[in-house]
Amino acid sequence: MLDDFLVRAALAGVGVALVSALLGCFVLWRRMAYFGDATAHAALLGVAISLGFGISILVGVAVAALGMGLAITLLSGRRTGTDTLLGALAHSALAAGLLAVALIPGGARLDLEAYLFGDILAVSRADLGLIWGGVAVVCAALIWRWQALLVTVVSPDLARASGINPKRENMLLVFALALTVAVAIKVVGALLITAMLILPAAAARPLARTPEAMAVLAVVLAAAAALGGLRLSYQLDSPTGPSIVCTAAAFFALTALARPLLRRRQA
Amino acid sequence: MTALIEVQNVTLARDGQVVLEGVSARFEPGEITTIVGPNGSGKTSLLKALIGELPPMKGKVRRAPGLRLGYVPQKLALDPTLPMTVARFLSLPRRVSADARGRALRYAEVAALEHRQLADLSGGQLQRVLLARALLAEPQILLLDEPTQGLDQPGQAAFYQQIEHVRDSIGCAVVMVSHELHVVMSASDRVICLNGHVCCEGTPDVVRNSAEYRALFGAGTHGALALYRHHHDHSHDHPHDHPHDHDAAHDHAH
Repeated sequence: MLDDFLVRAALAGVGVALVSALLGCFVLWRRMAYFGDATAHAALLGVAISLGFGISILVGVAVAALGMGLAITLLSGRRTGTDTLLGALAHSALAAGLLAVALIPGGARLDLEAYLFGDILAVSRADLGLIWGGVAVVCAALIWRWQALLVTVVSPDLARASGINPKRENMLLVFALALTVAVAIKVVGALLITAMLILPAAAARPLARTPEAMAVLAVVLAAAAALGGLRLSYQLDSPTGPSIVCTAAAFFALTALARPLLRRRQA
Repeated sequence: MTALIEVQNVTLARDGQVVLEGVSARFEPGEITTIVGPNGSGKTSLLKALIGELPPMKGKVRRAPGLRLGYVPQKLALDPTLPMTVARFLSLPRRVSADARGRALRYAEVAALEHRQLADLSGGQLQRVLLARALLAEPQILLLDEPTQGLDQPGQAAFYQQIEHVRDSIGCAVVMVSHELHVVMSASDRVICLNGHVCCEGTPDVVRNSAEYRALFGAGTHGALALYRHHHDHSHDHPHDHPHDHDAAHDHAH
């Protein structure tokens, strides 16, 4: 069954959907959208590092994304506005990544588009193992720390008063984000990862009354977007990553439009 | 008696700026302490140091081992993307039974709000929900940051009365920050007046009559405050002359 590239693509897509939807809820709640964007933009630099040192792409991308996440965490709150900082780092990292890939021996032959927009149809058995391994680690960590993460989102002071270190919980999100970027790059690419973080969670928001309901709905919508997008791309012969993102965007538009109706019903 | 929290010669800084210098204080079981001071005097910073969120630049904050803190923040910066019912909020970070939750909400007189969204509550309602959540932890010390902000005078009085009732029933210490300089809760055992340092401290009467307190809060109001205080003082002696001015918290103390 795993011999079929479409089955492998579907499994990879659902795995990435699962982790990005779950983490995406925190990205929304903590207003980390641009943080996620900057982290993802560092991924290309990770690809160059992997080529240069001959290490696994997953490791290289995870290291670069983590480096970016830590840099933002350390630098934010200083003199430069966070907005400026994120914009500067995100696009500098992307440019540096493009430059590094071009300069590295053998880099010129690299299929850049695959890393920028994903190449889900080329997912191998080994890739699938890495993706699901990463998905399992991040999901387990998020579920394990769920209560502590939530109270930190609501108020760092309340977390501290309950004996929880909000800085440590935030650091967990930075690590989770780096690993998610690493497992998602093959599926949706560096430029579209943020979309998979934000769209399913945002689409779930109007339908949910508790954080848990929002997370479960986000996962369901993300998986539906992954499978729907795959089917769409098969039928239209369109690029798969963008097809998945467009499907998720359609869900977001639908629930956003339905929001006034839902509100009337609740009232 | 051992202190629940002891602060020794603490200096606090925010963004590299010293906001509070050389503060020492002990917070004993069952004691109600009110911290007053003008805006920017370091009140909230001191509270954050007490809960451990703001590590001191100098000095020491000692909490009794295993101390259970109840913290009631000034407000919550809730992101609109976070759905959160009152019931769910009360189970953060420790899950509580529906029974305990119902009791806490009834105690805080907000039982009807259980299934409402946190974001839809008024300031006063949120304040009571925050109090209910803090009490669920069975705190040994309850810390409140400007809990009466945005409440009208009867609302303030009712809230103060409730805090006193909480102290009397569960025996916790209470530390309350207030920017209301002239309406300090009358049940306070002690008032600490801050202005970048401890400018004076003692019972409400001692602080009210201290020269430092008068200098700090008398001048800014161009006499209006003094007049009010005068009035306030007199109502101690003739409680029935000014019934319209009596808030419940005040009455309660006499």
